[in-house]
Amino acid sequence: MEHNDIEIKKSLRINKLIEDLYANMPEIEADRAYLLTESYRQTEDEPIIMRRARAFEHILNNIPITIRDQELIVGSATISPRGCQVFPEFSYSWLEGEFDTIATRSSDPFYISEDTKNILKDVFKYWKGRTTSELATTYMAPETKMAMEHNIFTPGNYFYNGVGHVTVCYEKILKIGFEGIINEVKKALSKLKVSDMDYVKRNEFLQSVLISCQAAIDYANRYAKLAVEEAKKCNDKTRKEELMLIAHNCSRVPAQGAATFYEACQSFWFVQMLLQVESSGHSISPGRFDQYMFPYYEADIKSGKITKEFAIELMDCIWVKLNDLNKARDAASAEGFAGYSLFQNLIAGGQNKDGVDVTNELSYMCIEASMHVMLPQPSLSVRVWNGTPHEFLIKAAKLTRTGIGLPAYYNDEVIIPGLVNRGLTLADAREYNIIGCVEPQKAGKTEGWHDAAFFNMLRPLELVFSNGIDQGKQISIETGDVEKMTSFEEFFEAYQKQMNYMIGLMVNADNAIDVAHGERCPLPFLSSMIEDCIGRGKSVQEGGAVYNFTGPQGFGIANMTDSLYAIKKLVFEDRKVTLAEFKHALEVNFGKGIDSAAAEEITKEVASNLLKQGKQVTEQEIRDIYTSVLSGGISKEEQERLNYILDLISELPKYGNDVTEVDMFAREVAYTYSKPLETFRNPRGGQYQAGLYPVSANVPLGAQTGATPDGRFAFTPIADGVSPASGRDTNGPTAAANSVAKLDHYIASNGTLFNQKFHPSALSGVRGLENFISLIRAFFDQKGSHMQFNVVSRDTLIDAQNHPENYKNLVVRVAGYSALFTSLSRSLQDDIIARTEQGF
Amino acid sequence: MEKDFTQVKGRIFDIQKYSIHDGPGIRTIIFLKGCVLRCKWCCNPESQEYEIQTMEVQGKQKIIGRDVTVEEVMKEIMKDMPYYRRSGGGVTLSGGEALCQPEFAVALLKTCQEYGIHTAIESTGMADFHVIDQYLPYLDLYLMDIKHINSKKHEEYTSRPNQLILENARKIAESGTNLIIRVPVIPTFNHRAEEINDIANYAKTLPGVKELHLLPYHRLGQDKYEGLGREYELSHIEPLSNEYMEELSKVVRSSGLQCQIGG
Repeated sequence: MEHNDIEIKKSLRINKLIEDLYANMPEIEADRAYLLTESYRQTEDEPIIMRRARAFEHILNNIPITIRDQELIVGSATISPRGCQVFPEFSYSWLEGEFDTIATRSSDPFYISEDTKNILKDVFKYWKGRTTSELATTYMAPETKMAMEHNIFTPGNYFYNGVGHVTVCYEKILKIGFEGIINEVKKALSKLKVSDMDYVKRNEFLQSVLISCQAAIDYANRYAKLAVEEAKKCNDKTRKEELMLIAHNCSRVPAQGAATFYEACQSFWFVQMLLQVESSGHSISPGRFDQYMFPYYEADIKSGKITKEFAIELMDCIWVKLNDLNKARDAASAEGFAGYSLFQNLIAGGQNKDGVDVTNELSYMCIEASMHVMLPQPSLSVRVWNGTPHEFLIKAAKLTRTGIGLPAYYNDEVIIPGLVNRGLTLADAREYNIIGCVEPQKAGKTEGWHDAAFFNMLRPLELVFSNGIDQGKQISIETGDVEKMTSFEEFFEAYQKQMNYMIGLMVNADNAIDVAHGERCPLPFLSSMIEDCIGRGKSVQEGGAVYNFTGPQGFGIANMTDSLYAIKKLVFEDRKVTLAEFKHALEVNFGKGIDSAAAEEITKEVASNLLKQGKQVTEQEIRDIYTSVLSGGISKEEQERLNYILDLISELPKYGNDVTEVDMFAREVAYTYSKPLETFRNPRGGQYQAGLYPVSANVPLGAQTGATPDGRFAFTPIADGVSPASGRDTNGPTAAANSVAKLDHYIASNGTLFNQKFHPSALSGVRGLENFISLIRAFFDQKGSHMQFNVVSRDTLIDAQNHPENYKNLVVRVAGYSALFTSLSRSLQDDIIARTEQGF
Repeated sequence: MEKDFTQVKGRIFDIQKYSIHDGPGIRTIIFLKGCVLRCKWCCNPESQEYEIQTMEVQGKQKIIGRDVTVEEVMKEIMKDMPYYRRSGGGVTLSGGEALCQPEFAVALLKTCQEYGIHTAIESTGMADFHVIDQYLPYLDLYLMDIKHINSKKHEEYTSRPNQLILENARKIAESGTNLIIRVPVIPTFNHRAEEINDIANYAKTLPGVKELHLLPYHRLGQDKYEGLGREYELSHIEPLSNEYMEELSKVVRSSGLQCQIGG
């Protein structure tokens, strides 16, 4: 297949589209929220599923539409490029609170006009008490809410937003169109009897699907009309013809099956963007684009209907459009998901259901398109197994070398058995794709609830030291005075108990939110493209999908491993430090000083301990404690001892250096999260499964975590994913990879994330590429699951910090996705710079 | 009974994984301590003395050099087996000068070969040939420096004349060992086209030699001199531009050899 790696020139149109896309700060628009609310006001006494369908229909019939200059693929959720709509049915108060700061905040700012603010203020009045977020809150147990207030875990993603995180059956729409779906639904309806026990709900659901599918068809027809109007006004002959072709396409798809590759592209796009108009969920992932688009491409190339150049121009247009969709999050979440990212994961290569490698020409063209646009979306992934063509990986490595942080590499040999272990059929598992960052699933059949929460594995360790108390409050179970523990086993068991208790509360939080989505925001349009919703007569949110999961992710493996190892070694084996000393050292942050907020926290804790011991504490005493905590209040001798402890810790072997004893320990640490978790079930009847990745939350959530026994100072970032802690992997990339490979990646079936950073020189020349691929292959031979790379020099990043204006388009890999470097907060930028640079 | 060569001890100062510039594929480099030459540009000055010494690194005293058995080194080497297999890589002995510890080095190479690991040495070639001859049966690749054809200049910059090196190069080549000649290109020492040309012409006469690598001078070792309390004599010279290196590689190619810039 030597023809596959021919580089095709990018058309000038693509530069123009990109330029226009990034010309201004993205803007928040009110139309969707306004229309949604208008519809809701008129459907008060209808069942919720019908209200959702009616609102979707009302929005699509009335939302302003636009065809951007030079576009070949049309359909925009907002009038302004990269703008975003508002979704008050999930949550809204955060946005109201940020009206005056969202344009100037450090992560992902958005412009919002005074007019928009006024419309939204009015709209929001309706939503008080009606959001999924408020309902979920009432469903949560008090102890769950307390654990969340104390930042043990955060289910923020679906608590405040739609769920997204899905790949629909694009293939089906390309083949039979929404008219085909409508026929299917009508058939299902005709089989219903009014006397059936579940008739009422089934009927309502199927009717809602009919309305939603028709709304999508009508919406496309609005574009067809607009294109004709614009063609009439257009003086440029070429553009006029283009507009007429656009009109033709939109009148045919997504109503009918696609007859050409161009129609298939347009049909795909309508599905992709409309899913994101129905709900605010992110990580709506195109999945195996190279597979479901291939028949159309092949037919058109064979018949001479299109050239390869035009095909890739269309793909480039889609790639640009994927960056046109946007989403505003609250300030805290924006830091956790920094980079305006929508995590639309598109994957190329891999096997078919029979286990045959199906890497094809389009797989190569997907990589080529990413090289052309050099934008963060789509989150491009490639599937790797023993049968993956070498030249496909060479092509992928060339993209990696550009420094864009794409693609991410996934190991079929781990993911397929991992999914089979979760109950997927082998055929389905072989056809997996990736959702969002790193989460595998079978397209068109799964409601995976990937990314369901961040669980900070370091916080339960803090609870072991405090016997369940945080900031003076008993927020968790008592596992005994840490000072009195006499063996490492006892200490480790206390940690497991704290973990188990908190994991249970997280499950409560996720299930509460899950139920709230089912009751308040079922999604009929999405459900029309997920098997077996039509058959079961219920929405995805109520358990209509074939496979149901909930996948919250734990993070902090590296810090937890190094921490537990330090305790085992220094306290119980070498007996050089006592647990009481460790406890104190952590409280005072190893004497390294703390900020006022932290001092306040410690003061509270000290005061509450005094009270518990039956002592009186006056206001003045509290002030004194605070002052002494803030100043350190540590004598010279004490500081020397603390420094000695830090030296002892730093001399210990660390995770990430291929030291078997430490790495096998990491495997156990990961089990403290993944094993208890898989025993739980969700309200849709599915199983919980662990992910081990942090998106970019390791920085903000690290800022809520005190010092840890691995010598990590209070409120500094936590290691990302399953990667070694920043700067502690000192033996090069193979050693780090070997450590990571020793974790059990099969059981972390919601995905693991391993980040490596390379200097471009490591990938220079053919040899650089070859060795880089060998590194991936050998890591995968040892059953690692995922690998991604930042290839950009440290100097470049520092210069970008100092001169952001010169680096508007600089894309880096953050964690599971690529983002614009300059849109990240300073602290996250620093974290990326600090990650060990694997030069050599 | 034959001596258990896995227990032979040697003195190393570093093991570097994922090395991709000293031989084919992904390699682990074992840096042996001690060298005969004293090249003014040496980027590993801490490698030159055989004695274990301390060097200041980022404000901290670091001990340079440790004694290890072949078995201990093999344990580290074996960890990257999957990478050698995938990339056609292996192990490279470097230094210092690996010829200075023949018992240890040969035992290590022999053990590697028993495990099917590709072996290479990166060497000055500065030893009696009967020493080198012990290595050759266990080497898949010999990377040998020829730094200058003019013996006087060679001595001025490296502390030793070059006759023995040139003779050894020929003998190694004649033994049928896969030999690649490498030239560290040092401004003011050997960077002129005629100097490179002289080396290339000599290399061309070595039977079986097809490749010559030009290693551009860099200053990454400079801080180490300070850390050892030594003076870096070449602080006045600047690295050569990529364009200039390209010109030199053309000179090499015109002699009929393949040329690569960098290892």
